[in-house]
Amino acid sequence: MSTPMIGWKEVPIAAVPFLSSKEYPTGEWAVFQPKINESKCIKCGLCWMYCPDSVYRWDGEGVPVPDLGHCKGCGICVAECPTKAIELIRV
Amino acid sequence: MQDYGEQAMMALNGDEAVAWAVKQSNVDVVAAYPITPQTIIVEKISEFIHNGEVDLEFVKVESEHSALSASWGAALAGARAFTATAANGLALMWEILYIVASTRTPVVMTVANRALSAPINIHNDHSDSMGARDSGWIQIYSEDAQEAYDNTIMAFRIAEEAMLPVMITLDGFTISHTLQNVSVLPDEAISNFVGIREIPRIKLPEIHGEKEVPLMLNPKYPVSIGPLDLYDYYFEHKVQQNEAMKASIPVIEKAHKEYGEISGRSYEPVHMIPYRTEDADVVILGLSSAMSVVKKVVDQLREDGKKVGAIRLRVFRPFPADIIRKELSGLTAVGVLDRSLSFGAEGGPVALEVRSALYSSLSKPAVYNYIYGLGGRELSPKLIAKAFNELLEVKVEPENPTVKYLGVRE
Repeated sequence: MSTPMIGWKEVPIAAVPFLSSKEYPTGEWAVFQPKINESKCIKCGLCWMYCPDSVYRWDGEGVPVPDLGHCKGCGICVAECPTKAIELIRV
Repeated sequence: MQDYGEQAMMALNGDEAVAWAVKQSNVDVVAAYPITPQTIIVEKISEFIHNGEVDLEFVKVESEHSALSASWGAALAGARAFTATAANGLALMWEILYIVASTRTPVVMTVANRALSAPINIHNDHSDSMGARDSGWIQIYSEDAQEAYDNTIMAFRIAEEAMLPVMITLDGFTISHTLQNVSVLPDEAISNFVGIREIPRIKLPEIHGEKEVPLMLNPKYPVSIGPLDLYDYYFEHKVQQNEAMKASIPVIEKAHKEYGEISGRSYEPVHMIPYRTEDADVVILGLSSAMSVVKKVVDQLREDGKKVGAIRLRVFRPFPADIIRKELSGLTAVGVLDRSLSFGAEGGPVALEVRSALYSSLSKPAVYNYIYGLGGRELSPKLIAKAFNELLEVKVEPENPTVKYLGVRE
């Protein structure tokens, strides 16, 4: 979790996460992460819709942009992409 | 102090007494699965619901794992939740026991103590609840049906104030199925004593700003409960949980004091109850219904001029180490009764705790551990007298075994 690290007396009780998961980078676990080939992308938004970690940022029109800080490299976006515009790259 | 009138004297077995306590304690949800010798508790609660005598939701589940999961979920949604089980049922709850405790959810559970399989045995020993002793639940052991009733009522107060789950035990069959005169308080007295569950509030500034939000599943103030801590915060949450256990000691005392004011039964000094120990040289310490027999034997031996006493431990978690050390220091010998085994350990669970508590005492007694009553084996007055006489003649020698079996055939 992001800084500052607080002690047991300050941590909220009951195992409640007290920071937003936005600030809890988990992408460092990944071995592979997606890369979009923009010329193949038809901007359908399926990767944005299917990503279990809400990695993709998409305004509904342009090419979705992955925030790799939360990407664990599961490859669901690659499997769902109808034009095979996404490939997994070893990081 | 409000006068609620007389208590009703009712002929109830231990399980029925617990069901009465649940009926009177403004419980919202009971999720349970039947298992001998707990079954009568849930049968009786179902009967109360069927007859329109209580307004609560009974969730029928397919296993004990689900029974505790559903109770946990109900409590997280703000309900006052109760469940009950025994033996293998408790073992099946194992995973959820820890989750309920570490998310600080005030579920109350009665365990009708029964031996664990294998071989299958439906009778009483403490191997089930002792197996759960490290799960983060407060544990209070009842001597008789009256105390099972009283403890269950107090458990709701303790759980909700300490924000920890509470396990109340009663001995299977010996207490659960034995009819006893039980003083039952008027509904209004219990209803006022337990009140309506108050939901604690917490601050989550990063998510909800400076406003305190209810610690429950509430769509208006979303919180996640118990999802993920890795090496960054898990340790802090565990220390916090351990400190909460220690901090529950005065909460337990307060609930007993206030319950004593309306019922006349405060079980003081709460954590353990000494019997004829003032000038005793030798004391037997143990849990639950067997201590009734030990006290009888103390009376008999006292008539013969032997300086013996008994201590019934009620609160096993949090373990009252300071109180035990104070009470036992200066004695010649202490016999600790254990109705369960910790396989391969240097004694049963109670003896291990008592011995550790005494280690820092400058005048520690010899501690002998007696394992007794496994699978419902009777503990006769004769066997207890034998143990007392051994303790009175105790010689501390290295070759003397400190863990013995009481009542097993050689």
